[in-house]
Amino acid sequence: MRRGPWLWAAALAVYAFLYLPLVIVIVYSFNDSRLNAEWVGFTWHWYEVLLHDEDMLLAAGNSLFIALVSSSIATVLGTMAGIAMQRYNLRLLSFMVLTPVAMPEVLLGVSLLLFFIQVLNLTLGMISIILAHITFSIGFVAVIVRARLAGMDDSIFEAARDLGATPWQTFRHVTFPLILPGVVAGWLMAFTLSIDDFVITFFTAGVGVSTLPLRIYSMIKIAVTPEVNAVSTILMLLTLTMILLATRFAPDVLKGKA
Amino acid sequence: MNEQEKIRLTPAARLGKWLVSGPPFLFLLLFFVAPSIIMVLASFRYPGEFGALAPIASADSDTLHGLTLETYEFFFSDIIYSYVFFKSFLVALATTLICLTLAYPLALLIARSPKKSRDLMVLLVVLPFASSFLIRVYAWMILLGPQAALSQVINGMLGVFGIAQVYLLFSPFAVLVAMVYVHLPFMVLPLYTNLEKHDPSLLDAAQDLGANAWQRFWQVTFPLSLPGIFSGSALVFIPVLGMFAIPDILGGTGDMLIGNLIKEQFLATRDWPFGSTLSIMLTIVVLLLVWLAVRLGRTRGRYA
Repeated sequence: MRRGPWLWAAALAVYAFLYLPLVIVIVYSFNDSRLNAEWVGFTWHWYEVLLHDEDMLLAAGNSLFIALVSSSIATVLGTMAGIAMQRYNLRLLSFMVLTPVAMPEVLLGVSLLLFFIQVLNLTLGMISIILAHITFSIGFVAVIVRARLAGMDDSIFEAARDLGATPWQTFRHVTFPLILPGVVAGWLMAFTLSIDDFVITFFTAGVGVSTLPLRIYSMIKIAVTPEVNAVSTILMLLTLTMILLATRFAPDVLKGKA
Repeated sequence: MNEQEKIRLTPAARLGKWLVSGPPFLFLLLFFVAPSIIMVLASFRYPGEFGALAPIASADSDTLHGLTLETYEFFFSDIIYSYVFFKSFLVALATTLICLTLAYPLALLIARSPKKSRDLMVLLVVLPFASSFLIRVYAWMILLGPQAALSQVINGMLGVFGIAQVYLLFSPFAVLVAMVYVHLPFMVLPLYTNLEKHDPSLLDAAQDLGANAWQRFWQVTFPLSLPGIFSGSALVFIPVLGMFAIPDILGGTGDMLIGNLIKEQFLATRDWPFGSTLSIMLTIVVLLLVWLAVRLGRTRGRYA
């Protein structure tokens, strides 16, 4: 295969570009200095500060709760949508599932803000955030589940039917066990997206409830301290674990996203 | 499924179809379709006295508010709004081109690597993308900060020639760098998926016919990769066009893009009808681009 030295050099430079900024954030989270400038010495100080930051811990708790609830509901709805899209070729449903994934996030954020306030008369908070997160997560779960189903031989389902299985029995004993890795990967993906989401949460959170990204945003905007580096490092570890788990359950997730 | 299958659906199977597609359909009808329609309607309303929307009608005839085209007239009456759209378009175009330049060699290398190592190389592209969006933007605040090595080196060199110091953070440069950084994987993945499918024997044939490496790339590999380029470009261009967080965090006061304008109307100025108008203008631009990308992808795909 043709892989010249120039190609290697260019590709390695791009890998460096991808990783350098994150490495710097991690390194500075252990730096014994208030400034993100020069290396002074090793410390756990910023992690201790983080442990005593009640606002941050509360926001983290909110984020976890929102992510758990929204990803679980989105997984149920997204799995249904994925099966329906693959099996019945429903164009309108496919359009409704995929468009929220493809359009700029700010559009979904402001239209939901309008809808919650003007039509539902809902006080923005936990519920509005969860509903918004479900809306944008369904598409990701559906795409993963559909990719899993598309790789399967339809004759398995026909065989189950011919052997006298009801549609429910076919689903319970044949379809579901087969798509389970995709469902788990979809759930992990929805969880990660929810815990990370900033833009849509920003518009649907109101004033009362804060999440981890909202808290990080206000710290970045107002006063940057290396505490941001510490919380970033922990979040990176968490999402890294989630992604590695997702790729274990469904190795084709990466390709499904592309 | 094909037509025959449709006819063969038993009543139980038809019930199954509704049970499976119904719940996600209803949810998205309520939380995606309805809000979009509300936004279209809101763009024809008057702003309320204290933000949000004015009531359509009230008992007092002086404050009767129907529907209006005012917000659209307002959009076209002041050149500044078209200018922000134009500027966002340029930023999105620049980001897409830079992403393409950076992603191409990487995707090509991965596609030409042994099968075993490809998955790992792709995973290495996706992993940084898995860390929180805000963290990836914040990282550039550190890297471009006035005390960071990059600024020191650049300003050190400028100092030698007696040129005034530059401030990298809160500039269009910072916005562009972070836009590229955040969206790069969206370009690498579709490009790789396309390049991976190329038949290596085509390059051998070109070589046997006397094409040098440069000609082989521009006359074989590149034209075949156009569908990958188009889908990658759509995946980068569209989110950049609506981005508000990056200019908000890394840009200066003059670096507002469409996303920031929309955010301002909804959260600061609280002129929701005008905010809705801006959102609809953005939606129209996005839909046109998607339509264009699909069309281009189709015509090019025919030759591939």
